[in-house]
Amino acid sequence: MSGAQLSLRRRLRERGLDSVTLLVLPGVLFVLVLFVYPFLYGLVLSFTPKEGGGWLANYRRFFSDPFLYDTIWLTLQIAVPATLLNTLLSVPVALRVRLMKRQKLLTTILVIPITLGTVMVAEGLLTYLGPRGWLNRVLLEFGIAGSPVRLIHNYWGVMLSLVISGFPFTFLLTLSYVTGIDPALEQAGAMLGARARERFFRILLPLLAPGLAITLALAFVQAFTVFPSAVLLGAPAGPTRVISIVAYQAAFEQYDYPLASAIAMLMALVQVIIIAGLLGARTLLFRGPVSTGKG
Amino acid sequence: MAIAARDFRELRLEGISRDFGQLRALRDVSLTVKRGEFVALLGPSGCGKSTALNCIAGLLQVTGGAIWLDDRRLDELGPEDRGFGMVFQNYALFPHMTVRRNVGFGLTTQRRPKAEIDRRVDQALALVRLETQADKLPGQLSGGQQQRVAIARAIVVEPPLVLMDEPLSNLDAKLRLEMRAEIRRIHTMLGCSTIYVTHDQEEALSLADRILVMIDGQTRQIGSPEDLYSRPAHADVAEFMGYRNLFRSRAQTTDDGIVVAMSGARLLGTPMEAVGAEAMVAIRPDDLQPRSGGPVPATVELAEYHGRDFYALARGSDGTELYFRSPLRVNPGEMVRLDAPRERVLVYAA
Repeated sequence: MSGAQLSLRRRLRERGLDSVTLLVLPGVLFVLVLFVYPFLYGLVLSFTPKEGGGWLANYRRFFSDPFLYDTIWLTLQIAVPATLLNTLLSVPVALRVRLMKRQKLLTTILVIPITLGTVMVAEGLLTYLGPRGWLNRVLLEFGIAGSPVRLIHNYWGVMLSLVISGFPFTFLLTLSYVTGIDPALEQAGAMLGARARERFFRILLPLLAPGLAITLALAFVQAFTVFPSAVLLGAPAGPTRVISIVAYQAAFEQYDYPLASAIAMLMALVQVIIIAGLLGARTLLFRGPVSTGKG
Repeated sequence: MAIAARDFRELRLEGISRDFGQLRALRDVSLTVKRGEFVALLGPSGCGKSTALNCIAGLLQVTGGAIWLDDRRLDELGPEDRGFGMVFQNYALFPHMTVRRNVGFGLTTQRRPKAEIDRRVDQALALVRLETQADKLPGQLSGGQQQRVAIARAIVVEPPLVLMDEPLSNLDAKLRLEMRAEIRRIHTMLGCSTIYVTHDQEEALSLADRILVMIDGQTRQIGSPEDLYSRPAHADVAEFMGYRNLFRSRAQTTDDGIVVAMSGARLLGTPMEAVGAEAMVAIRPDDLQPRSGGPVPATVELAEYHGRDFYALARGSDGTELYFRSPLRVNPGEMVRLDAPRERVLVYAA
């Protein structure tokens, strides 16, 4: 074995590269085969329109047809409020749950919607909130409403489903950020005369903000790609014709894969823009450890 | 110095108690702290001393008793309204604020004008000798510096009472000695009262004017450091105060005083409470010394060199373990005859 070889190995090791590094290979392979390749394939496909007309024809078509490009705005109208609602709701709930003794039990109950899956939740909502569902029967019986309240097959149906399936997710994330904050910090604030409101805005919120940015980003991605509940609980031909439905229709009803790919690329672009904005804002925030003490 | 404690006469705890469900963490603790006094709450871990401090701070509600600052009743107020300063064990500095904003937090809460905040923060930082670190974040400071920031933050609002919860336990030994002197200096300079929770008897002895020893949520003894060091009121206090030789013995009251049996020999002692035929004998290792013709024979088992003297473990003829100090070298296996002055052999009820 020559000296040059040895020193190369040593130099690699000093940069953190040794035989253990090889263990990332399966992961890299996985990402290449299941993410990078399909993504690049879709990207190329989106520039090779089915009916010709130049490599940008799919994108031109998307942005010239209000029936297509309106879906971006429409999806944002559902996804942004759902994201904000879920995240903002999670903060007070998490702050309260943090102090509870039976935290595990409540967390379990809140997490059940995740395990049920969107379709199951949608089915439940359909029967429960339908014109002949329990809710409307109670409302009619007690004369609270004159005619059945329409909560499904419209915007609110989708919104409800996004809250039910999205909230546990944002709640769990937020809870982990909240419990990461040393309770002594709030006590210190109280000892210095700060009341609950001031403690929240001056101590908790600044420390939570970076975590909330991440939560918002992840919750937004989930909501923006909404599909099953938009179909099952919404009005997929009208107010909840979200962008994923359009992509689905292009691919599996018109068999225009290049157009579907173009729509998927645009979806990704919108998400990247929003997430980049959120994470960009995050860099302006304090991101150090949220506990103090020796370390 | 412009920072000075707000004027008051005394803080009174009147039989405060705190239960956690079935657990009675704090039972009927009474204490009066005068202005300018430094009181240490001393006890083994889990004895309720931190609970007591949190009750005084208002971070825990008392389940019985009352807390008074002069004629103002405090126990129904929240921590925001009591106006005490507190130094936490882990410092609890706000990690996202600079040192300056951490220290100024309490003044900002009081909506003081900015110029006043700046001036008083500067004074507080000068007091803890951290002027040059004002614009750093807590994460960039060492443990000792963080501790100073925590102290500055607690005193800048000029509280009548400063509460400290084991503030030195996260520091290394050298820094602990330094900060101990610092805490005492700041306390004297401000003229505030300080209640200081610790499990370290040396810390309590060196800092406090008065020490409250707490065991199992109850007050066992309140007294000056000298009282506690040389005259513990009960055997369990003696054990906690470093009376390493603590054993059960027969006791006999004679004309000369009380006589106890130790390792088969007889030793004169001083009764600390009413004693029956059975007693607990407590002797500090410093008070037990080898002397030619001493009454207690023992064989040395271990000897540690401590610089000025030797600290040794010997076994008496009946198997009793005896810890003692010797100015002269002793070696394992050596026979010694130990003796202790009568006033340093403390005898308690068994």
